[in-house]
This record gives sequence, C-alpha cells and structure tokens, in this order.
Amino acid sequence: MSAVGSACLVVGLACALYAAAAALYGAHAGDERYVLSARRAIYALAGLAVLAMGLLELAYLRSDFSLALVAESSSTTTPVFYKLTAVWSTQAGSLLLWVLLLSLFASAVLHATRGRHREIVPYATAVLGGIGAFFLALLIFYAHPFETLASPPAEGSGLNPLLRHPAMMIHPPMLYTGYVGFSIPFAFAVGALVTRNTGADWIRSTRRFALIAWTFLGAGILLGALWSFAELGWGGYWAWDPVENASLMPWLTGTAFLHSIMLQERRGMLRVWNVSLIVATFVLALLGTFLVRSGILESIHAFGASTLGTPFVVFIAVVIGGSVALILSRLPDLRSQARLDSLVSREAVFLLNNLALVGLCFVILWGTFFPLISEALTGVERSVGPPWFDRYTTPLALVLVLLSGVGPLLTWRRATLASIRRVLLVPVAMAVLALAALLALTRAAESVPSLIMFCLAAFVVTVTVQELWRGAAARRAASGEAWPRALAGLVARNRRRYGGYLVHAGIAVLLLGVAASSAFTERRDVRLSPGQTARVGDYTVAYRQPTATVLDDTTGTGAPITLGAVLEVRRGDERFTLTPSRNYYGGAGGAEAGVIGRFFEGEATSEVGMRWGLGQDVWTAVRPDLRALEDPIREADRRFERADGRVQALILAALAERYRRDPAPAAFRLQVAPLVAWIWIGGGIVMLGALTALWPSAGARARRVRSLATARPQTHAATESTI
Amino acid sequence: MEYALALVVLLAIAALVVSGPLRRREAPGPGEAPGAGEAAGPREAGLAAGADRRAELEAAKQAKYREIRDAELDFRMGKLSEADFQATDRELRAQTIAIVRELDGSRPR
Amino acid sequence: MLRMDASLKRRVRLIVALSAAVALAGALVYTSFSAASTASTPSQLLGAAEPERSYELTGKVVDGSVEERGNTLRFAVRDRDGTAAVPVVYQGVVPDPFREGREVIVQGRMERGTFVAERDELVTKCPSKFTKRSPAA
Repeated sequence: MSAVGSACLVVGLACALYAAAAALYGAHAGDERYVLSARRAIYALAGLAVLAMGLLELAYLRSDFSLALVAESSSTTTPVFYKLTAVWSTQAGSLLLWVLLLSLFASAVLHATRGRHREIVPYATAVLGGIGAFFLALLIFYAHPFETLASPPAEGSGLNPLLRHPAMMIHPPMLYTGYVGFSIPFAFAVGALVTRNTGADWIRSTRRFALIAWTFLGAGILLGALWSFAELGWGGYWAWDPVENASLMPWLTGTAFLHSIMLQERRGMLRVWNVSLIVATFVLALLGTFLVRSGILESIHAFGASTLGTPFVVFIAVVIGGSVALILSRLPDLRSQARLDSLVSREAVFLLNNLALVGLCFVILWGTFFPLISEALTGVERSVGPPWFDRYTTPLALVLVLLSGVGPLLTWRRATLASIRRVLLVPVAMAVLALAALLALTRAAESVPSLIMFCLAAFVVTVTVQELWRGAAARRAASGEAWPRALAGLVARNRRRYGGYLVHAGIAVLLLGVAASSAFTERRDVRLSPGQTARVGDYTVAYRQPTATVLDDTTGTGAPITLGAVLEVRRGDERFTLTPSRNYYGGAGGAEAGVIGRFFEGEATSEVGMRWGLGQDVWTAVRPDLRALEDPIREADRRFERADGRVQALILAALAERYRRDPAPAAFRLQVAPLVAWIWIGGGIVMLGALTALWPSAGARARRVRSLATARPQTHAATESTI
Repeated sequence: MEYALALVVLLAIAALVVSGPLRRREAPGPGEAPGAGEAAGPREAGLAAGADRRAELEAAKQAKYREIRDAELDFRMGKLSEADFQATDRELRAQTIAIVRELDGSRPR
Repeated sequence: MLRMDASLKRRVRLIVALSAAVALAGALVYTSFSAASTASTPSQLLGAAEPERSYELTGKVVDGSVEERGNTLRFAVRDRDGTAAVPVVYQGVVPDPFREGREVIVQGRMERGTFVAERDELVTKCPSKFTKRSPAA
C-alpha cells in the first residue's frame, strides 16, 4: 500500500511538471490542445492526491505501524476521530494536505474558467503546476509520507495530547484551505501580468476564490484561538506567537486585497497595488505553512524541527524575485485608468483601510521576525513581547473599525456633506449613548482603548442596521413589499454589499470581546486545599474535593490518568460546579522512570473547567501537586518492576484512590473573563456575512444566461430592477 | 516490485487522461466543449483572443450595470444627493455605452 | 490659490503617505530594539547581565532544583550542554510539560544573581516522544 502511495506522489510530480510545461508550450505555440492537456494533468494530479491521502488515512484507520508516519502520530488506542485527523499533525501529512487542496482548488478554477481567458489561463496553469511540483518534490525528497519502517513497532506513539481537541483537528485544514486558496488569485495575477491583460478580468474570475480562502483562513484563526482558550491552561486566546501571527498576516493582506480589487473592478485603479497585494498574500501564506514546520522561530506551536528550511526559503525567494521582476517589467501596462475624485468617497476610505491593514501586517511581520532581524543586525537574538505588539495593533485596529463603519455610509466617487450628515446622525448618536451608558454604569473608563472600541462597535453595528433598514425602506417604497420580504430581497439582490456589511458588524463585535476581555479579565493564581476558598471578581470559588480517575477521561482523548478538582462557584444566589482537570498521558521519561512513574512523566494537558456566558466566562484550570504521590510511585516502581498491564492498572487505581483521600494543595488559575463569548459570536457573524457574499446570486445567474442569449441588451434593461 | 507495478499502472492511466486532447486532431468532441469554442488548433488562436476580449467586455459591462444599480440604491437610500446621483449616473451610462459599442465592434463577422 | 493644481495635490498626498510610512517604520525599529529582550544562555547571563535589560533565558531545568512554595516556583536553569546554572524565581501558570531536565525559555531580569521571571513568561520546549522523528519502540 505504501508502494502505491509513493507511486502516486511520483506520478503526481510528473503530472504537475507536465502541466506547467504543456501549458507554457501551448501558450507559446498557440496550440490550445496542449493547454487542454495541461488542464487534464491538473485534474489527474487531483485524482492522485486524493488517492494518496485516502491511502494514508486508511493506514491510520488500520493502525498500520509499518508506516513511520502512522507509528509516530497514532496508536491503536487513539480514538477514530483523532486517527483520521492525526495526518496533518505531521509534517509530511500536512504537506500532502497542501498538495491535495491545491490540486482540488486548481481543478475547480480551471474547470470554472474553461473556454474563457484563453490568454491568462495557460500561464495560471503553469504557475499552479509549478507550486504543486514544489510541494510534491518536498514530499518525495524531504518528508516522505509513505516512509516505511523495517521493524514496525507493536504500538504507535499516539497523537500529541495537546492536539487532542476537536478545534485543533479542524483548525489545520481550515488554515491550509485559506493558504492554498490564495494561490489561485496569485496564479491568475501572474498570468494577467505575463500576457499584459491587466484589466479586472483575472480579478473577476478569482475573486470568489480569494473570498473562500479568506473565509477559511479567518475561521481557522478563530478556531486556533478557541483551542488556546479551552485547551492550553494559560487562560488566553491570543499570545502574538509566531505561528499565530503567521496565519494572521495573509488574512490581513487578503482583507486589504478583497477591498482594493473593488476599486480595480469599478474604476481600473490600483492595478500595481492589487498584484502586489496578492503576491504578498501568497508569499505570507507560504511563510505561514513554513513557519509552523520550521522551528526557525521559537514557538509553542512549532511541532518539531524540520529540514524544510532551505527549500522553502529558496522557493519563497524565487516567488518574490520573479513576481517583483514581472511587476516592474509590466509597470507601463498597469497604469491606473482613473483618479480619486474626492477624499470624501468610498474609494478614499478603501485606500485608508488598505494602508491601515498593510501597516498592521507590517507591524506583525516586523515583530515576528525581529529575533532574526536583530540577530542579523546586532549578532544578538532578541525578541519583542505582546506589549510591543499591543502598542501598535490597538490603535490600528481602532482605526480599521472606524473605517469599516464610515465606508458603508459614503458613496462611490463622491459624497455630499449634507447627506453624510444625515446618515451619520443615528450611528454617532448611538456611539455617544453607548459612551454615556458605559461611563455611568460601568468601570469601562479604566481602559481608554476598550472604551473607544465599545463606542466604535456601537457605531458600526448601528451603521449596519441602518443600512439594512434604509435599503429595505427604499425597496418597500418601490415595490410595496412587506418588511421581511423587502429585507430578504434587498440582501439577495446585493449580496456582496450586505455580506460585507455583516462582516464589518461581526468584526466590530469580535473586537469588542477582545477589548473587554483583554482589559477587564480578573485573574488569580492560588493554591488551595480541599475546603478552602478564593475570590476572583464577584465570585467565590470553593475547592470541594479532589477527583482522580483511571482510563476515564471525560473529554475522550484517551488519557490513562486524570486528576482534577470539584469547584463550587458562587455569586450571590447563583451557584454552580466546575470540574477542571489535568490529563496525564505518560509514556516519556525513558529508562530511569519506572513502570508506574512513566505514567506521570511526559505529556499532561489541562482540561479547563469553564462556564460560558454572554456576560462573562468563569474559567478555571487546575495543576495538581504530585509530590504527595512521589513516594508511593517510587515504591511501586521498585516493587512492581515487572508488573504487567493488569497489575499496573490496579496500582494506578490505588494511587488515584490515595490522591482522592489525601491530596496536597493544588494550584489553581481562576479567571473571570468578560465578553469572551462575543469573540466567537462575532466570528460567527463574520462567517455568516462571508457566506452571504459568496452565495451565487440568482440575478447573476439569470443575467449570465441572458447575456448569452441576447446579442445586445439595452442599457436601460439592466437598471429596471434596481433594488 | 509492487512499487514498479503501481508506478507503471498509475503513469499509464495519467498518460491516457492527459494525452486525450493531443490525440484529437480536429475540433473537440462534444464532452469536452461546454462553452463557446473550446479547443482550437493553432489557426484559431486569433479567434480565441477575440473571444477573450469579448468576454472581458461583457464582464466589464455587467460590472458597470452593477455600479449603476449601486448608485441608484444609494440615491434612494438618501446617501447620494440628486445632483451627485445625476452626475454619477450620467458618467456610468456614458461608460457603459462605450463598452457596448466596443462589444458590437468586436463581434465576429 | 484655493484650488491646487491636481498633480501638485497628488504629490502632496503621496508625500504625506510616505512620511507616515517612514514615521511608522522608524517607530517600529526604535521601539522594538528598546523593548526587546535578549536571548541568552545561563553562562552568558552569569558573564555579563545588565540589570535594566530584559532577557530571554534558554536552558534546561536542573534536576532536583524545582521547589514550589506558595505561588512561587523556584528552579535553576543550566546550559544545554554544560553546568553553568542560574537560579530562577517564577510566578504564574506553569506550562503543562514543565519538568526537571526539560528545556525551557523564561523571560525576565537579573536581580542580585537571581533571574526574576516575568509573570506567565515561562515556555517549555517539549522534547517528547511526539516530536521525535523515529517513534519510540
């Protein structure tokens, strides 16, 4: 089976290289048959990638430890869900996922553009084939997923326990879908540059792909944050860690790209900027893939050092060098067709938003790579921490939220001050109202940035509601429909517009949660014995009793031992129980740790005890003190050196019993974090908005048919059904 | 052994799939050409470029229509003054007509 | 003179945008160098540590040095391949894989021969079976 898998990779590489060569030859010789053949080679690549991934998954399901990859990241006791998703916790598996997604995306876009853009498509095919070939070469020569072991072990190592969380298993494919998705607009941009078709053509065909990539990348980032909050026992969701930053950067430039392409579509402006943005986004996506796997930057997420450094750096250098040379050589073709009419227009707001987004991305890039920059310049490796990032990202985020509210109020080309005043009235009033309420009723004034963010969020959400309301009212006035129908019809006919507004509102809500929780989280670290209590925020937390279970991990991660605590949380009449715990996975420790001690060495993860709430989350984590158990463990190690599994289980049960009876004080981290739930709710609104914008509109489909059917539609026909 | 066999079989399948269009000498079969004029020999390259240009103009025209609708929506929502709307609308319509003219001119005879 | 020449206006805008970018870049460079903490090993730190500087100490937790009292964790960090060791005082959450012999990164300052770590700035590098290339048999 591994032989078939290996063959898939080799034939896949041949297909990718052939696709690139045939597409280039076809374009050069003007022979479309070769371009068609190249497209089929991409389809074949997709088929092979699906087959290879399928074989690998099968090996995981069957726990085939003759494959090194399976042996190192799975085991017979790993739950099926984690067996299936363990693939992308490995380097080779995640690279194969890249190839799979790339070939699927490429096939989709080539299928969608068949018979169109005959000049651009061959070069785009060649670029996609080249990217695919690079990743396949990595798989074949550097990180072979089908590498076999001469003597397969009886049991695999299992999946890294830190990753045994549903969010963490969905998170990598989402990120990768985002990363890979941006290669489609990139490839078409290169094609457009090469053939000097620098209009909005390549944008219209790939805009949807960019939006899909953006949506998945955003969802992936959010899931990563959720995982951090719920699984890592430190209590936060974002730490400006290099790997987190690496995923955020392409998302930011991608956001800028999705906005600025509208200016090119509508006005033929910003052509150089747009191709540069998509090049930057693609390069950052490559960097994101590479950073997680490279170990060149210290990161809690860097799962293993790798040998991929050199090829990746060379590939990124080639992409940057080639793209810059191409853009420079095409500058005369990229001249803007229009000028900015007025500084008070939506175009101007888009420009500002682009500058802020790119500035934000640059700040993060600088901070992330500062250790390398500093080492290169001064010879000393130094790094910057979260406060440094916050200093720049906070004001930029505030500016962006403000712009996301102002943008929808302004009209394209020009806006009149009188009408601006009219549409600004209600949102500004709401922001002021929010300010007054916050100052009067809460202690929000203690943190100025979050106070500003609250007001801006009120502003943006009001703008969104007002836009929907005014639009529906206008539609009602024209058609006499009922409110719900008018609203649905309005959104349906202007999906991109209202989808975008919804995204704005979602981001504002999300950042509201971020602002509140980063400024007003109450956090306490305490050591408690059973019966003792501690206060955090308005809550009193009492440590009722310790828990200890063997092979009964409630979260289904397959931990052999779980130690925890039952906490009773009270606030006034409100009373509930939380049960944070800690899973010990054991297995490490080597020879010096005995048969029993081994269960406590090695990986341990926090299972957070949390009560979600719209107002605030009560978050608790426990770190049991094992010192009381140290002596019995040592004794058991000595006396039962040759104990078999059954005896070991009995000893563990006895140890658990002992911990329950006589626990040492355990260390707790207690947190009351306000409005964190709104981060996830805001994220949900963003996804809903993105989906609205992505949904193919009935009108567009009908128009496409009509435009094929009629030779010359009247200009007026199009405006009949305006809203 | 198993590896060599798998390699040969997969290569053969891939070659079969990929070489399909090359084995065809003339216009494509019905399954291959859903759009207007799919595969074409070298002689038809010029025609293909023309079709590309038309598709681009067509897309540009649709984009202009959308802009006109957007402007009208903004006007009805009270975000655009009467005078501004008239000016924008006039501009957009003039641009649309230019595109339509070019589209007419590029139609194959 | 109220209506500026269009090209002049564009140039002014460009200059404003460029100077904003340069100002941002300058601020980034300046603040990052002044706020950054220096990566360092125990022996480097013992050699020459400036009291005001923030350091990122990398090394291994010395066997038998871990001591937990109240909310304070005390341990010593030694060179990866050596014996030079620095005592560390730490408060905050202890990362999951923290153990004696493990490689850690702690951020903090030197105060009278002791490395005083910042709250929550302890990261454990995890040389566990899950990152090894060949699986444990």
